[in-house]
Amino acid sequence: MAVTDGAPMMSSPTSSKRPNRLFKNLTAKIATIPMIFTALVVFIGCTVWTIYHSFTKSKLLPAPEKWVGLDQYERLWSTRRWLVSIENLAIYGFCSLVLSLVIGFTLAALLDRKIRGEGIFRTIFLYPFALSFIVTGLVWQWILNPQFGIQGVVQRWGWDSFTFDPLNNANIVIYGILIAGIWQGSGFIMVILLAGLRGIDEDIWKASRVEGIPAWKTYIFIIIPMMRPIFVTALVLIAAGIIKVYDLIVAQTSGGPGISSEVPAKYVIEKMFQSQNLGQGFAASTMMLLSVLVVLIPWAYLEFGGKRRD
Amino acid sequence: MTDATPVSGVTPRGTKPRKRLTPTNIMLYGTLFVASVYYLLPLYVMVVTSLKGMPEIRLGNVFSPPVEVTFEPWVKAWAQACTGINCDGLSRGFWNSVQILVPSVVISIAIASINGYALSLWKFKGSEVFFTILIFGAFIPYQVMIYPIVILLRESGEVLSAITGTKIRLMGSIWGLVIVHTIFGMPILTLLFRNYFASVPEELFKAARVDGAGFWQIYFQIMLPMALPIFVVAIILQVTGIWNDFLFGVIFTKPDTYPMTVQLNNIVNSVQGVKEYNVNMAATMLTGLVPLIIYFASGKLFVRGIAAGAVKG
Repeated sequence: MAVTDGAPMMSSPTSSKRPNRLFKNLTAKIATIPMIFTALVVFIGCTVWTIYHSFTKSKLLPAPEKWVGLDQYERLWSTRRWLVSIENLAIYGFCSLVLSLVIGFTLAALLDRKIRGEGIFRTIFLYPFALSFIVTGLVWQWILNPQFGIQGVVQRWGWDSFTFDPLNNANIVIYGILIAGIWQGSGFIMVILLAGLRGIDEDIWKASRVEGIPAWKTYIFIIIPMMRPIFVTALVLIAAGIIKVYDLIVAQTSGGPGISSEVPAKYVIEKMFQSQNLGQGFAASTMMLLSVLVVLIPWAYLEFGGKRRD
Repeated sequence: MTDATPVSGVTPRGTKPRKRLTPTNIMLYGTLFVASVYYLLPLYVMVVTSLKGMPEIRLGNVFSPPVEVTFEPWVKAWAQACTGINCDGLSRGFWNSVQILVPSVVISIAIASINGYALSLWKFKGSEVFFTILIFGAFIPYQVMIYPIVILLRESGEVLSAITGTKIRLMGSIWGLVIVHTIFGMPILTLLFRNYFASVPEELFKAARVDGAGFWQIYFQIMLPMALPIFVVAIILQVTGIWNDFLFGVIFTKPDTYPMTVQLNNIVNSVQGVKEYNVNMAATMLTGLVPLIIYFASGKLFVRGIAAGAVKG
């Protein structure tokens, strides 16, 4: 069946060739219509649509004809709530990046020491990842409850002046959310890094033992540099998760107290679906996309730029 | 000769530790134990709180075990908790979630497995381009695409209504949400299946082709039975993912079709009435139960599922 495409014919663009090409693997093409639709219409089409409309004065309804240039962006960057959102995202992002990697790697390294009950420990560290951000946020809201939670317990022990009430303190509320976020996600990073550690050649360990290099030095100077690609993957995954953070905030603090724990994702949803200010929502979501690209493009370049794909 | 001192330095590392109580081991297990407490604490607090009565909660703290165990909060959370004017509990959200979950999981996996199969064995011009777009699309924040999707669903619902002559609503109905879950589950699932089918020996595929089997025949009779383990992984991935979704549920459904997570949040964070912490925690526990059961039952497969998508993507 497979008719060999004549090599000399290939170079000359004859019109009679076209339909052939189109109907080749026709079933496969029809079967992947949902994928083609998703790729072209949703991922590209909808993204372009939103970017375009972020330059318009859309209010209740999209208004493609009311072009206003960068007005929406100027207004966005002079809105206090957006600036607070960005600041929160930066703090949350930085801390959760560092903490997830440090905690994840420490736990992975400990589990990799051929310990007893590895399966049990791994199950314990990973189970929060199966839970939703809503559940996570609500549980930690309860544990951090000032009256009955950690603060209340310590005060009842006799330390009356003890205060630990992050969810009602505008200055530290984002750290209260961070505790919950790390709880939910660090086990996942541990699993990824553990897979990376397991991929390290046993001989490396033998060699370093023969040389008498202490374990911590082996980790820092040999193992971690060797695991660079897997760290980059973990980094990209954490970063992608950070920008999406939304449900956790909704459940744990609803953005409060005041606007002190707002995040960009929440700003977008509320502008679009509650305050009927579509233009602002589009501009803010385009900014989110931009921040993803800042992370993604260097990564894609590192990953696919140098070598060709298999 | 000199390495006869087991405590300092070299021996406990790497190979199986023979001595139980070396300082290294105490440190190791100590750290793991402390970490375990942090990870287990919320689960403990949830269970303990949900089994207490309100007077006991007001007197004690979140960590104290229940003196008098009561299952009333669970009953109340399931059947009586209020959201707005409806007071029929989380059960409604649970059944909504089930109704959303089943078609979403089936359709998204069916489509993604066919995608993966076509992408690895029936490559056509441009197929790799679509796949690359799909993978990069997975990183686009949902917020960017969500509003145009709302419009698309609303418009196509109207078109469908006009064609069929019956009233079909995609926006605000369960089916709209099913489509959205199918779309956003597609990148990771397609990747999963593509990588799996790419590892199938090519001779098998060629032999089937020589025997005259076509696209669908090979898919249903050879690939599908072979790929069962990866289907299980995909199911685990999708069930937990869709069950835990909040954003799509809140946007694409209406209050009477809200999934469980959305209803849970409305129950717990509602401002009116006295806060019943025990009912709230029972409700939280109920919502977390489905993914937890899947997690504990599936064990290594869950890990494989999340790692398969993550490490290669």
